[in-house]
Amino acid sequence: MSQYLTKRNFVFLGILATFAYFYHKDGDVTTSVVSTAVSFGLPLALAAMVGIMCERTGIVNIGIEGTMLVSAFAAFFVSSLSGSLIIGFIAAVLVGLLAGLLLALMAVSWRMDQIIAGTIINILATGLTSFLFKQGHTLPDAMPEIDIPGLQSIPFFGPVLFMHGPITYFGLIFIIFLWVALFHTAWGLRSRAVGEHPGSADTAGVSVIRLRYLNVGLAGLIGGVTGAFLSLELVGSFERGLTAGKGFTALALMIFGRWNPLGALAAAMFFGVAQAVTNQLMIDQVVNIPQQFVNMLPYVLTILVLAFAAGKVRPPAAEGQPYEKEQA
Amino acid sequence: MVALDTEEIVHKSRRVFDVGSWLIPVVAVIVAMLIAAVLMYLQGAAPLTAYTSLLKSAFGSVSGFGKTLGKATPLVLSGLAVTIGLRAGLFNIGAQGQLISGAIASAWAGYAIHGLPMVIHLPLALLIGAFFGSLTGLIAGALKAYRGIHEVISTIMLNSIVISLVDYLASGPLKEHGQPLTRTAPVLKSALVPKIFGLPLGFFLSIALAYVAWWVFRRTTSGFRLETVGRNKNAAWYAGISVKRSILIAMTVGGAVAGLGGAVETLGITGRFEPAFNAGLGFDGITIALLGRANPLGIIPGAILIGGMRAGAGSMQFDAGVAPEIVDLLMALILFFVSAPLLTRWLRRGKTGNSGLTGGWGS
Repeated sequence: MSQYLTKRNFVFLGILATFAYFYHKDGDVTTSVVSTAVSFGLPLALAAMVGIMCERTGIVNIGIEGTMLVSAFAAFFVSSLSGSLIIGFIAAVLVGLLAGLLLALMAVSWRMDQIIAGTIINILATGLTSFLFKQGHTLPDAMPEIDIPGLQSIPFFGPVLFMHGPITYFGLIFIIFLWVALFHTAWGLRSRAVGEHPGSADTAGVSVIRLRYLNVGLAGLIGGVTGAFLSLELVGSFERGLTAGKGFTALALMIFGRWNPLGALAAAMFFGVAQAVTNQLMIDQVVNIPQQFVNMLPYVLTILVLAFAAGKVRPPAAEGQPYEKEQA
Repeated sequence: MVALDTEEIVHKSRRVFDVGSWLIPVVAVIVAMLIAAVLMYLQGAAPLTAYTSLLKSAFGSVSGFGKTLGKATPLVLSGLAVTIGLRAGLFNIGAQGQLISGAIASAWAGYAIHGLPMVIHLPLALLIGAFFGSLTGLIAGALKAYRGIHEVISTIMLNSIVISLVDYLASGPLKEHGQPLTRTAPVLKSALVPKIFGLPLGFFLSIALAYVAWWVFRRTTSGFRLETVGRNKNAAWYAGISVKRSILIAMTVGGAVAGLGGAVETLGITGRFEPAFNAGLGFDGITIALLGRANPLGIIPGAILIGGMRAGAGSMQFDAGVAPEIVDLLMALILFFVSAPLLTRWLRRGKTGNSGLTGGWGS
C-alpha cells in the first residue's frame, strides 16, 4: 500500500479532485474548458515528442518551430489547391520528413553546430512561407469531428477525450506508443544508448549515424503531423507566423517532462489547461486583463517552468555532440 | 582540460584581412541569389530585371544609398549584438526583443521629455533606448547564469513577451492622444538623428561602435576574457575568469547595442514607434553575424548588402512584380550556405569549423 503514497500520485489525485469540484459546480463549462485544453495542449505535446525523439539519440532540434510552420503551410495550401484534406495532410508529413532529413544532414553528416542547424531550418521556414504565402485561400472542408461511439457518452471524459478530430486521436495514441517504444523495445534501448554514449553503442554494433538519421527523420515526420494539426484541425487556416513560438515552448516542456513522453504530455496539458482557463475567465469577464498580457502567458510560463526545472533534470549525455567514428 | 590557445585567437581576429574568410560569404551570397532567381523565374517574374532594379534603387543614387545606409544602421547594430554573444559562446537570438525595447523606450524619451536642447536630448534618448535593450538582454543573461536556462529558448520567449508588451504600451499608456492608430506620438525635433550630406548620421555611429567592439575583443583584457569563456568554459574557469560574470556582461552589452539599434531606427528613420516598424530587424542580425563570421568589422559589408536588399525590395516589386518577401528567403538561403560546410569544403578542401554553441540544455 505505502508504495502508492508517492508525491506524483498525490499531485494526480489533487488535479482529479480539482476537476471534480469544478465539474460539480458547473459541468458544461468545466467539460468544455478541459476539452479545449486538450486541443491547446496537443500540438505542444506532439512538438515535444519531436524534441524527445531527436534528443534521446543526441541531436538537439531547435528547428521544431520551423518544421511545424512549413508543414502547416504545406497542409493548408496543398489541401486548398487539391481540394482534399488527405492530400494536404500527406504533403505536410512529407515536408516534415524533409525538414527532419535536412537537420540530420547538417547535424549528423556535416557535424554542424546543432543550434545553428536548427536556426537555419527556422529561418528557412519563415522565409519560404512568407515568400510563397498567398491571401484568399480556404480549406475545402472543415476537418470532421469523429465521435467514438459508446465512449463519447461517458460524462466529462466522453467530450474531453472522445469527441475530437482525427489528428488528435492519432497524436494521443502516438504519444503512448512512443513511450512504450522508447522504454520497452530494442529500438528504444538503442536510441537511448546512442544518446547517452554513442561510442559504446557503436562498439556494441549499433550504427550511430543510421539510427540518428532514422530518428531525426521520423521526428520530422511527426513535426509534419503537428503542423497539419495546427492549420487543418486546430485553426482551420494559415497565416504568417502561425506557430507563434510553440516549437520553443515544446522544448521547455520536453525538459520539464525529463525527456519522457508521458512527462512532456502532462506538462503540455498543464499549459493547455492554463490557456483554456484564462480564455474562459476572459469570456466570462471574471477578470479584465488586456489581451496582450493573456498572449504573454505561455511564454512567461515557459521561462518559469525552465527556471523551476533547472538543476533537477539531466539531459541525454551525448546531446549536441556530433559523432565521429574513431579511426583504427 | 584544454589549454588556452591564445595564438589561435589572435590569428582568428586577424583573419578579417585574409582573402579566404571573404570568399565563403561572397560565394554564399551569389549562390543564394541564383537560387532565388530560379524561384522568381518559376513565379513568372524576370530575375534580371528584378536584380537590376534592386541594385539601381539601393546603390544607384545618393538618396537611394542614403536609404540603404539607413536600413543598414540597425542591422549593423543587431548583427553586432549577435556577434558579441557568439564571441562569448552565446547564441543571442533575442536581438529582436532587445531592439524593440530600445525602440519604444527611445520613442518615449523622444516625445515625452520636453525643453531640452538637442545636444542633451538626442544622446539621452539614445541612452535610454540602449538601457532598456540591455535590461532585456540582462534578463536572458541572468536566467542563463543563475538558472542554466539556454539563451536560445529564453531569448525567443522574451522576444514574444516584449512584442506583446510594446503592443500593449503603444495601444494603451503610450498611445498618441486622439489618434486611432496603435503608435506613439512623433518624436520631438530635438531628439531626431540628423543627416549629413543626405547620409544618416546613425550609420557612422554604428560603424564606430563596430570598430570599438573589434578593438575591445582584439586589444583588451575584458574582450579576451569573454572570448576565452566562449572558447572553453572549463579552461576559463580554471584560469580564474568568472563564467557567470562573462555571460551577464555579454548579454547586457549585446542587449544595449541592439537597443541602440532600435533607438537609432526610431529617432533617425521612423520618427515614432509603431509595432510593425521594427519587424525582423533582430533576426536579420543573426544572418549578418554569421555572414560576417562573428567578426565585429566583418558584419559591416553584410549589413550594407542586406540593408540594400531591404531598401530596394519595394522598387523590385514595382518593376519586376517580385514579392518583397523574397528578401526573407534570400536571407535564409545566405544563412544556409554560409554556415553549411558545403562551400567551405568545396573552396578549401580542408577542415570545417565548429563554433561549439551546443552543449546540452543544462550547461
